[in-house]
Formats: sequence, structure tokens, C-alpha cells
Amino acid sequence: MLTLRQVRKSFPGPDPARPRPVLAEVSLALEPGDYIAVMGESGVGKSTLLNLIAGLDVPDSGDVLLEGQSLAALDDDARTLLRRRRMGFVFQAFHLLPHLTVAGNVGLPLALNGMAGTHADDRINELLEAVGLRDRRDSFPKELSGGEMQRVAVARALVHRPAVVLADEPTGNLDPESAAQVLELLRAQLKRDGSIGILVTHSAVAAATTDRVYLLTRQGLQLQSGTTTPRQE
Amino acid sequence: MSSANAQLFAALVTGPLRHAAGRTLLAVVVIALGVALGLGVTLVNRSAASEVSLAARSLFGLSDLVVQGTNAGFDEALFPVLARLPEVALANPVVDVQVRVVGRQTALSAMGIDFFRAARMQPSIGVEAPRTNLSPLAADSVFLSPAAARDLGLEEGDQLTVQVGLEPVSFHVAGILPAAAYRQRAMVLDIGTAQWRLGQLRKLQRVELRLRSGTSTEAVQRRIAAMLPPGVSVTTPGAETDEALRLTRAYRSNLTALALVALFTGAFLVHSTQSLAVIRRRREFALLKAMGVSAREQIASTLAGGAIVGGAGALCGVGLGILIADLGLNAFGADLGAGYFRGIAPALKVDWLDAGVFFLLGTAAAIAGTLRPAIAAARVPAALALKAGDLEDPAVRGNTIAGLALWGFAGVLLLLPAVDGLPLAGYSAIALVLIGAVFLMPAVTRLLLRLLPSVRSVPLQIATAHLRGTARQATTSLSAILVSFSLMVAMAVMVTSFRTSLDQWLEKILPADLYLRAGFTSETAFLDANDVTALAALPEVERVDANRFAQLAVTGLKTPLGLIARPITEQNAGRMLWIESTATNVALPDAQPVWISEAAADLLSLRSGAVFTGSIGERAVQFSVRGVYRDYERQNGGVVIDHDAYVRLTGDLRTNAAWLWLKPGADVDHLVNSIHERLPGLAEFDVRRPGEIRAITLRVFDRTFAVTYLLEIIAVGIGLAGIAASTSAQVIARRAELGVLRHVGLLRRQVGFMLAAEGGLLGAVGVLAGLVIGSVVSLILIYVVNRQSFHWSMDVYFPWVLLMAFSVSLVAAAALTAVWSGRLSLRDDIIRAVKEDW
Repeated sequence: MLTLRQVRKSFPGPDPARPRPVLAEVSLALEPGDYIAVMGESGVGKSTLLNLIAGLDVPDSGDVLLEGQSLAALDDDARTLLRRRRMGFVFQAFHLLPHLTVAGNVGLPLALNGMAGTHADDRINELLEAVGLRDRRDSFPKELSGGEMQRVAVARALVHRPAVVLADEPTGNLDPESAAQVLELLRAQLKRDGSIGILVTHSAVAAATTDRVYLLTRQGLQLQSGTTTPRQE
Repeated sequence: MSSANAQLFAALVTGPLRHAAGRTLLAVVVIALGVALGLGVTLVNRSAASEVSLAARSLFGLSDLVVQGTNAGFDEALFPVLARLPEVALANPVVDVQVRVVGRQTALSAMGIDFFRAARMQPSIGVEAPRTNLSPLAADSVFLSPAAARDLGLEEGDQLTVQVGLEPVSFHVAGILPAAAYRQRAMVLDIGTAQWRLGQLRKLQRVELRLRSGTSTEAVQRRIAAMLPPGVSVTTPGAETDEALRLTRAYRSNLTALALVALFTGAFLVHSTQSLAVIRRRREFALLKAMGVSAREQIASTLAGGAIVGGAGALCGVGLGILIADLGLNAFGADLGAGYFRGIAPALKVDWLDAGVFFLLGTAAAIAGTLRPAIAAARVPAALALKAGDLEDPAVRGNTIAGLALWGFAGVLLLLPAVDGLPLAGYSAIALVLIGAVFLMPAVTRLLLRLLPSVRSVPLQIATAHLRGTARQATTSLSAILVSFSLMVAMAVMVTSFRTSLDQWLEKILPADLYLRAGFTSETAFLDANDVTALAALPEVERVDANRFAQLAVTGLKTPLGLIARPITEQNAGRMLWIESTATNVALPDAQPVWISEAAADLLSLRSGAVFTGSIGERAVQFSVRGVYRDYERQNGGVVIDHDAYVRLTGDLRTNAAWLWLKPGADVDHLVNSIHERLPGLAEFDVRRPGEIRAITLRVFDRTFAVTYLLEIIAVGIGLAGIAASTSAQVIARRAELGVLRHVGLLRRQVGFMLAAEGGLLGAVGVLAGLVIGSVVSLILIYVVNRQSFHWSMDVYFPWVLLMAFSVSLVAAAALTAVWSGRLSLRDDIIRAVKEDW
């Protein structure tokens, strides 16, 4: 379970005495299997929200709890280890490691979590099968198309069965067809593993693939489209 | 070019320089340092050479020809013969010997001249003489050159005592000559006085000739040459000046070459920073290409950036170089501490042509360093580079072939002889070996990384994968340090080999228990036969070997060879000389046996068993080379002859140095005391134990190479700066990658460890390559450059401990630099690193 309790965050402004508020009292509670979209204008704090959830940044006040553990109570190493075990990420620009093969990129979270050998290989193959890239296992990222790279990124985000997957504009660099494939894939895998998914996007089409859509404004996070989406199983 | 185009071009050129201001500044500083060192050493050399030239020229005044003998001199009867030649307008006889100044460990040129004739040959002499109250013709009057007066701290009216044989001879300083008369440390006195009081009766060392106008100098020179006795030659003042410069040219050239290493390394630093900038700016180049900027404009803008960096650096370097030259001349002297130019004190002469040449060299080095990256920038495939996730690393086959070709060419160059005594082909071969190594590095790096065992550590796995994937980029950052480290290894091996060989040579050639030296080759101080007998009669002494230093003139050689007469036979030669080769067949058994140094063998193109003719005094003698020996003392060649044979040939019983062997159980300190007590006249001389001579020699050696160490350290510093610059550039380029790693759970210290591993592995590859390339270059230095420059051979010794210390330090420095660069680059939040930013 992921809980955000009255999270506030501001950044230094031109006048050091007057920080620039970004997030104001954001609260949210998500259960395993929940898949939500967060929309909002540029600069409203969508990426900041993801960073706070990921433990890459700490709130000025309020708290983020993952499976009951307050992230604010952890030091940088502990938050990193928590991220390693329980979180997955998908980025707009894919960010695959260019000198690792497809299998190497997908298997990176497993290796970091100490999983190697046949078990790791089976899991990598399973994910590659799921994203349709089993035959590209030994290819390098530069040999893939944008859509293929993002499918590899999705596989990497899910391979270690994280509790939360954070996706920041995952289809921003893709053509509509590839974007649809990636969104479909992400949703299917999240639902299969029961992971919480948070999709930050400007795209209404992408947001429509999630269970609920929230709008982030200066005032906070507001539920935008009911409690379920048309595609919720 | 329209105004708008010009503005765009200017923005394309200066924008990247401003954007990477730190690296731009570093490149400017490095070029400035390279230019400054090169120009500084060149200006010092130029000032020294100019002073040597002026000093040599000042000796001969307005003369057209110079008739010259060895330091032993020739019969003065030759003078009237020359003076009466119809083509000769004026003949000026000169006695020119070295005198030992009593109470000081120093020698002085003593020149006996006919003031009336000399004043016509050198008008500046005549100006001073009438001003003094002392008669220049008085038997105790001498004039000092300004350099001698300054060094000895003497003024007009002071007393100067010199040693002739064992006798002190005193003079009064009648005046100080103007600088234009004699520039070296010299005392000038009447020729009759010189012959009488300096033991040169009926002898002259030189006759300067002014010819009548309209006379052919060459024709007269040929005519005089035909009438001269053996050992006496006729030459022109210009040739004498050239010879004076030739003696130090090899040293000056080697120092300049070494000073240029910093500029060479700087060019590679510019190359590596520019190459990495091109990789970093691939998308920018692709975008410009897509928008219609032509390849030529692209190359021009990148080269213009290099020219700005080079020009700015070179301009600063010129100013700094002049400052370095001034400081160097004042602090270390004209030879920068090597002891080649004793007795001259040149003032800095700024040659603006040199400054201009170094300005252009600095600019050209930066442009040359930018050329390949500029072409690479123009060839960026726009479509691919504009694609997200693109990362360029082209095939390295072309580089490998080019590298091998350069090595092949270097091998050919090594077969070529020296050009006018300078190992130009050897230097070129070294440059090609280094450039070839830079070309071959990507392939070698890939090969070495392939040999690495697989590891479980994720940071290590990522580090090795990254290095394997970016071999070309990674090794580009290595080029500056590869070049400078290779040269440092080469110099370390060469210097160690030289020093160890010198030490072992000293041990071999100093077999006696004590050495007493009265003076050098042309000094008036000497021991006579009675002194040697008195030494032999001391209770502690078992045996005394008398050594006489003289000169041997050989037709075809401008400078006479050093002649060392000492008790030597074919049986004991190997015990007192470092014999390199021995004659197996003697061509002319009746010829006088001698052993010649390697330099003499090279200069005369002789081998063991050969026969040659030389002149001792005025007597031509046939010599048979019984062996060639190693000699680090006489760069212009030495010949060892048995002392008895020398006395038989010359009748000269004087001794310059005595080697003393102790009786069994006798103590060397007692012997030194005995000399002081029983032979106080001898105690004035240089009395030293072999250990002292070795220590002094090695101290001089270390002082000679101190400047080279300094230049090398600067070059390696530039190389390390190159690693820092390129590593930080690479880390900046990889911020997104590092950000992802932090997102997926790599701890901060694991990222640091990964960067350290990458830096360390890269450093290790560079060190490994540097050790191999440096060793190859050291062999070129030892067997080609040194041999051709100084005619010295040496055995190869590797300073393993020093090399290991260098290697470990460099790998550690590379690792630390990588971590430091990573920290600097990622000190901002890594969150933004993964945001798409174009």
C-alpha cells in the first residue's frame, strides 16, 4: 500500500526568504493493483510528486509511506535500497544503459537484488516474452526502435515484481501505435503482478488506460474521472 | 559571408567555448604552458648560443683566418713564416692556455697577445690599455675580461695568483677589458710575459691572420694548409664559431625537444577534450546539418574554436615563456644547471622570430588537436544522431591500420643516420610511435577488456560494459596521459640506465685508492717527474700511475681528440677501461697501440683493429686501435695511449693526475695527511677518494637532469589534467545514465565505486600501454637518440620500483579523478538528469 499524507514541497525561489511552493497538501492512498494517472499543467509538480514517492526527494512536511514504512524516516541508503527492491521506473527518454544488452538492461534490477543464474534468466525471458522482444535479447539499445526501447524499459521496471511502478511520460517520445502498445503492456503487467502504477502524463489517451485520473493543481490532487475507468476489470 | 551568417558563425565558434568554460580555460592554460616551456628553453638556449658565438667570435677579432694547434701549441717559428706571406696584411700571435687560480677550484683562460698587433686586430683592446697606470707590458700586468673580474671578484690593482707547474705566479690586475674584447672568463697579458711566466717558451697556440683586400680567403687557406706541420690546422673564424656551437648543440637540441613534449601533450589534451565535446554535441551538429549548415562550415567553426584556444594559449605562453627564460637564466644559468656553459653569463635576448614561431606552434598544436574531432563533427550522421538513445562508437579498424602504418614508418626512420649530428629521424620516430599508439589504443583497450574475468559486482559489470562499449571515447581521454606517461617512463628508463651505467663505469675506471689531479688538458698546473717520484716515495704508497692529458689532432676532425697517457697494456686495458670491443686482428702491428672511445670511433668511423694517423704536438704518428672503450667524460672523443709511449713520442714528462695505490694495510686518510705534511705544494691540488669522485659525478649528473625531470613532471601534470577534463566531460555526458542507476537502486557509493572502477581500469590500460610504449621509446632514446647525439652507449636498466610507484599513483589518480568528476557532475540533484532535455 502507498500512502501520501498531506505532502508539501517547495523549492527555493529568486528570493531565498520566499520559497516557491510546488505541492500543497497532497494526500493519496493506493492499494496493490491500483493504476492511476496524474495529469496537470507543466510545472505544476507532477514530476516532483513522483520523486517524492520514489524517495529521491523528501517533502517539506507530510509523509510518504510504502507498505507502512515512512520514507522520511529512512536515510538516503535505506531509501535507495527500498527503491531497488520495491520500485520500478519508466522514463520518457527510455534511459536504457547503452552498453548493456536488452537482457542486461532488463536483468539489472534482479542483479542489484542479488538474483542471478537460471532463476534470473527465466524471469528475464518471461518479461521479454511478455513485451514481445524475446528474440532481441542480445541486441544493444542502439539497434532498437523507440517503441522497442520503451518496451524494454517497461520490462526492466517490472522484472523484480516491484510494489510500485512510476512512469513519467512513457509515451512522450513514441508514435501513437507504439504508445498504445506500451500502455497496453504496462497495464497488463501491472495488473498481473498486482503492482501499484502511477502514470504521469499530458496525454488524455494515455490517462484513459488507467483506473483513475487525478488532476494536479496548485491546490492539490483532485480526482478527475470517477473512481474507475471504463477499462477497469 | 553576410552579417547574419557571420553572427551565426561566431555564435557556433564561441558558444561551445563559453558553455564549457572550465575545459576551454584548461586547454588555454595547457597550450600556454607548452608554448612557455618550449619558448623559455629555446630563448635560454638562444641566449647561450649567442653568447658562445660572440665569445668565440670575440677571440678572433677582425681576422680572416686562424692557424691553430693543439693545446700543447706549436713552434713560434711558424709565426714569421705566416706573417711574411704576401697575402697576409696582419698576423697576430696568441698564447692561449688554461691557468689554475690559486686558492680557488677554478680555471681561467690566459691569453698572451702582442698588444700592438692585437689592438689592430681587435680595436676594443686598445681602448682600455692606455687608461691604466700600470704598463700593459709589465711582467706582472694582466687585464681581466668583465666575466673573469666578476667571477673572481677582482678589480684594477688587485693581485691574481695562478699556478704554473707547482709554482704560484702572481700578477697585478692592470685593468678590466671592455665586454666587447673578450666575453669569456679570461686574463690577457703580453705574449712575451705569457710565454715566459706561463711555461710556454717558444710556443704559440694560435696565429690570427688578416688578409690583404682582394685576396681569396679559400686560396690562401689552401696554401697555408699545405705548409703547416702536423697537428696544426688553418680555419676561418666562422668555422671556429660553428664548432664552438656544435659542441653544445646536441645538449641544446635534446633539451628543446624535451621542452616541446609539454606542447605535444597539450595538443593531445586539446584533441581529447575536443573529441569528447564533439561526441557530447552530436545532436547539436546533427541539428545544424539538418538545418543546412554545410560540412565545410561545420569544420571551419570547430577549427576556429581550436584556433581561438590555441591563439589565446600561445599568446599567454609567449609572455610566460619570456618570464621563464629570464628566471631560468638568472637562477640556473645558460645551461639550466647542466654545466655546459661555464664561464659565460649571457643576458636574455628575446628573439621575436622565436616568439612568433612558438605562437604559431601553439596555435597549430591546438588546431591540429581539433582537426580530427572537427572532421568527425562534420560527418555526424544527422538522422541517427537526432534519434533518442543514440550513442556513437564507430569501428576502430581504420585507426588500427593507421596506427600500425605509423609504427612501420617509425621503424624505417630508426634506420636513418643523424642529420648534421642531430638525431632528427630518432625524434620523428618517437613522435610516430606515440601517435601510432594513440591510434591503436581503442583496439588494444577492447582486447584487454575482453580478457577481464566476469564478476558478480553489478557496478563492476556496468563499468566494464561501459568501457567495452566506449573504447574509442574512453581511450580518447587517455591520449594525453598515454603520451606524457610513455615519455615519463621512457625518460625514467633512459636516465636510470644512464645513471646506473655511469655509476658502474665510474667504479670500473677508478681502480686506484686515491686520485690527485693537478689540472685539466690545457692547464698550466702540472706535476713534474720529481713530484711523481716524491709521491711514490710516501710510506703509504705502493704504486703511482702518472696520467697526462693532452690533445691529438686528426685530419678531418675540427676539434682535437682528448689524449690520455697512462700506463696501459693490452693485458691490463680491461681493468682500467670499460672495453666495448677488442681488436682480434691488428692491421699494422708496428703502429702505436691506442684505445679509442666510442665517440672517437664514431667521429673517425673506426673499429677495433683499424689504423689511423694523428698528430701529437707537431709529430704525425700512426696509431693502431686495440680496442674501443666506453667513455662518458669526453663527448668529443678520447684516445688512451701508454704513458711511456707518450713520453717517448713527445718528451713531455709533465703529469696532470696521479693515481695512487695503497700498500696493504695502509690507510687512505693517513696518505692524505702525508701528502699535506710532506708535499704541501701538492696538497693545493684536488685530492679525492674514488667514492668522492663518484658522488660528485653523480651529483652533477642529477643536476643536469633536474630540468628534464621538471619538464617531464609538467608534461604528466598536463596529461592528468587531460584525464580530469575528459572524465568530467564524459560523466556530464552520462548524467542521465548515472541518474537511472540511482533510480533503480544503485547506492551513491556504488555509483562512486563504478566510476572509480572505470577510471581505474582506464588508467590501468593507459599505464600498461604507457609502460610498453615508454619502454620502446626508451630503447629509441638509448640506442638511437643518445648514441647519435652524444656517442654514448649504455646498458638498459628498468627502475621497477619507480615505475610501479608511477603506475600505482597514476591508476589511483585516474580513479580519484573519475570519482571527483562524478561528484562534481552529480552534485546537483540526479532527478533532473533523467528528464529529457532537448
